[in-house]
Amino acid sequence: MSRNALNTPDLTVGQKLLNIHWLFVVLLCLAASIGLAMLYSAANGNLNPWASRQFARFCVGVIVMLAIALINIQIWMRYAYLFYLITLGLLVIVEVAGNVGMGAQRWLSLGYFNLQPSELMKISLVLSLARYFHGASIDEVGRPTYLIVPLLMIALPSALVLRQPDLGTTLLLVMASGAIFFTAGVRMWKFGVFFVATIGAMPVAWQFLHEYQKLRVLTFLNPESDPLGSGYHIIQSKIALGSGGVFGKGFMQGTQGHLRFLPEMQTDFIFTMLAEEFGMMGGVGLLALYGLILVYSFAMTLRSRNQFGRLVGAGITTTFFLYVFINIAMVMGLIPVVGVPLPLISYGGTAMMTLLIGFGLLLSVWVHRDVMIGRLGGDEV
Amino acid sequence: MHRDTERHKLFTRRALMLAGGKSVLMTALIGRMYYLQVIEADRYRTLADENRINLRLLAPRRGRIVDRFGLPVADNQQNYRVLLISENTRDTEYTLDVLAQIISISPAERRRTIRGIKRNRSFVPVTIRENLGWQEVSRIEVNAPDLPGIFIDVGQSRSYLYGADTAHVLGYVAAVSAKELTGDPLLELPGFRIGKAGIEKIHDKALRGSSGSSQVEVNAFGRVIRELSRNEGQPGAEVAVTLDLGLQRIISKRLEGKSASVVVIDVRTGDILSMVSTPGYDPNAFNRGLKTAEWKSLISNPMSPLINKSIAGRYPPASTFKMVVLLAALEKGVITPSTNFFCSGHIELGGSKFHCWKKHGHGMVDSKMAIAQSCDVYFYEIAKRTGIDRISAMANRLGLGVKTGIDLPGEKTGLIPTKKWKRGALDQPWHQGETLHAGIGQGYVLTTPLQLAVMTAHIANGGVAITPRLTKFVNKQVADKKNDPALLQKSLGINKAHMKLVQESMSEVVNNLVIGTAKRSRIKELGMEMAGKTGTAQVRRISKVERDGGVVKNKDLPWKERDHALFVGFAPVHDPRYAIAVVVEHGGGGSTVAAPIARDVLVAAQRRNSIGTSADTNDTNQRQHLVGTNKTIEIL
Repeated sequence: MSRNALNTPDLTVGQKLLNIHWLFVVLLCLAASIGLAMLYSAANGNLNPWASRQFARFCVGVIVMLAIALINIQIWMRYAYLFYLITLGLLVIVEVAGNVGMGAQRWLSLGYFNLQPSELMKISLVLSLARYFHGASIDEVGRPTYLIVPLLMIALPSALVLRQPDLGTTLLLVMASGAIFFTAGVRMWKFGVFFVATIGAMPVAWQFLHEYQKLRVLTFLNPESDPLGSGYHIIQSKIALGSGGVFGKGFMQGTQGHLRFLPEMQTDFIFTMLAEEFGMMGGVGLLALYGLILVYSFAMTLRSRNQFGRLVGAGITTTFFLYVFINIAMVMGLIPVVGVPLPLISYGGTAMMTLLIGFGLLLSVWVHRDVMIGRLGGDEV
Repeated sequence: MHRDTERHKLFTRRALMLAGGKSVLMTALIGRMYYLQVIEADRYRTLADENRINLRLLAPRRGRIVDRFGLPVADNQQNYRVLLISENTRDTEYTLDVLAQIISISPAERRRTIRGIKRNRSFVPVTIRENLGWQEVSRIEVNAPDLPGIFIDVGQSRSYLYGADTAHVLGYVAAVSAKELTGDPLLELPGFRIGKAGIEKIHDKALRGSSGSSQVEVNAFGRVIRELSRNEGQPGAEVAVTLDLGLQRIISKRLEGKSASVVVIDVRTGDILSMVSTPGYDPNAFNRGLKTAEWKSLISNPMSPLINKSIAGRYPPASTFKMVVLLAALEKGVITPSTNFFCSGHIELGGSKFHCWKKHGHGMVDSKMAIAQSCDVYFYEIAKRTGIDRISAMANRLGLGVKTGIDLPGEKTGLIPTKKWKRGALDQPWHQGETLHAGIGQGYVLTTPLQLAVMTAHIANGGVAITPRLTKFVNKQVADKKNDPALLQKSLGINKAHMKLVQESMSEVVNNLVIGTAKRSRIKELGMEMAGKTGTAQVRRISKVERDGGVVKNKDLPWKERDHALFVGFAPVHDPRYAIAVVVEHGGGGSTVAAPIARDVLVAAQRRNSIGTSADTNDTNQRQHLVGTNKTIEIL
């Protein structure tokens, strides 16, 4: 069926290393450095407790990312369904025996670290959907019945994650999958139908939301209604951002952050802190860096000569974009508060690892851009 | 191959659309950032500063009040408090146990402390006890190493050094009530006190000073991070009152147990040298906060300790009013100084009998003898001839029935009746009999002790208008001599010869050893002799039956029905300097009760003058002497 991927005659490990998009890696490191600087500031000029640990995680993450990049894309495709099934199994285990943290059942304790299967699912789902659509011709994609399987692929983990409950991750899963559906060529009108159906289902879905989730949405609609309660976070975040002005208050000079008016400044609200200390210049600068990362991701994706690689690229890029957009829109009060970290910058190991694994796959797509894979998995020569 | 190319094209098209969508969303983020950080930046900057900057007011030190010689009467005492910051203690309960071995802490104080700790954040200081003694402070300081989280803080609290002796003049400070809030944030400061009565109220603004402020940066939990700026306020001004503290205390002691008022006034300047109203109250208790029981006992006391009787007590002047009637009659010309009337013990008018205090009469009396013996019939006669309106006009000119203009809140006007007043107030015509009553200072006539003192001062200084005053200076600004209201001397326009006659008559009251009604209270010291006039104000009607059977003696009546004892006087008689009014509520006869008090006070005042108190002195030893120890007071 296929040759041993690691011993591809076309490329040796050395060639692959040379082939890695190093500029892209540098951009990622730059973003991570900004994150470390902000964590240093958040700890009032201390490497502890956040910056040093984050640095260690990033180093490990980068090594994992490069390792993934070197593995043949066909290997990833071959095991895509397996990964998916394993991750789904882990989600079920979490459902049954997971640890409860912050009112939600999200992670499994594995000694050294805590495993969040929902994070892994962001990768596994992209891989398995890409594999599924890789094998589909344009005509098949056009058939509605053909979409039943991938929809189920999305629905199962989404339902499990939603039950945890983790609305943010669920949305991320659904939207990233949507991007794969879209780029795979699913007809436009079907998205229209989906959109209308979603709107129609909202009143029903509202009933199933948890009290705190409803509160978040209501607070978003009118944060001033409860300035010391649930609206507090978003009001203080806007004050911090706005008071930063164009040029900011200066590194480590942010009053809202350092005087603790801003909650969770080392995690979800770290963008606020950055924009308070470096102003709009800093905020736009970071967005530009993210934009550059997205542009290169996009370019690497388009350059791939296999549909699997392209779809994986689209899925990963979109996931990354969603992280950025949801987090920043949330801290600026554009969308309700959803617990999504700012990629590469917020303190936290899980999201960092998910992203770097994703970028590893993206780099693998780039390294193996000229590998052509037949519809059924075989080499197309 | 071909198929894949087609899929690649479709993918590229779709991916570009997706990328376009993402660009739009990214642009939206930048737009939002622009809105928040550029358009709304100023608003949010203000909000951020409001978050972090707290303006804390610093209460100014209240100005002292000193007497005419600069002796402090109201001062600020350092109030030592012991506080606890729970986050600095290892174990709050244990620390309190250790502290309880060093100073006494009542279970209630301990409970209050624990409650305070629970209610506040751990860095907020909680007061354990206030008003610590010096012993306790030093014991805590010595044991400081064993008491982490415990510290001593010094506050200021008002202290009235002579308590009840000066209570009615100085007034007191107390916590601000809701309706006194003016929007001045200083008033809302916890523990802030404002003047509620007396000098403390009149000069509250000056005594208060102006508040300072401290700008501090606080974090989200209210913990002070640092002070950004500090502006020390202006401490309150020092107010000097005209009181002679030593004399004030002597009088206060002399009046102990009586419901009485004594006012001593300098006839040349209007300076109030003493103003005592008894019983008094402890103004420090108001500052501390009165307990309900204390308040109830003050309120229910029939001797009204809270009222400053000197300016708010209204009494019939009785015979002390006779000088007014005589001056009015002389001015109108209905009599001359040598006009005689025969006193048979009563006169009849319209079928009613008007009695003299002396049942069988004084015989033939002239003006001087009438005053000296206080012959009622003589004054019935001249009052009848003078008419109420002229008497009233003279009373007003001398300072009765009008506000004296003293710098104290709550002064009462008293009442000097006129025909017009009666028509207006009672809707009744004036009866001549009422003129007769007014002629001996009874009936509708009501005066305050201060008014009587001012009237006497006007007589003593030969008719120069004075305004009584208690404020000597504010913040060492000695009033410019030219602008000093006390020295802007204006004549009352009363015939000097008449004044002289009245002065001589008043001297007869005390110094005529045969007929003077107050002869037993004569001052024997050469050069200190006083003149005066007794008065005994009836507070009940004496029926004909009682009069025929013998008037019931005061000591046999319930307190509330006894006569008021009055005396007005001045000294020294040859060169008047001090005028005095004494009113003892339900005290009995003016000559037996009020005159001896006046004598004692005027002797004391003149002795103090002779040892050099008239000059403002800076000699501390002498000052100490002036305040008088209890021993010197007892000698008097």
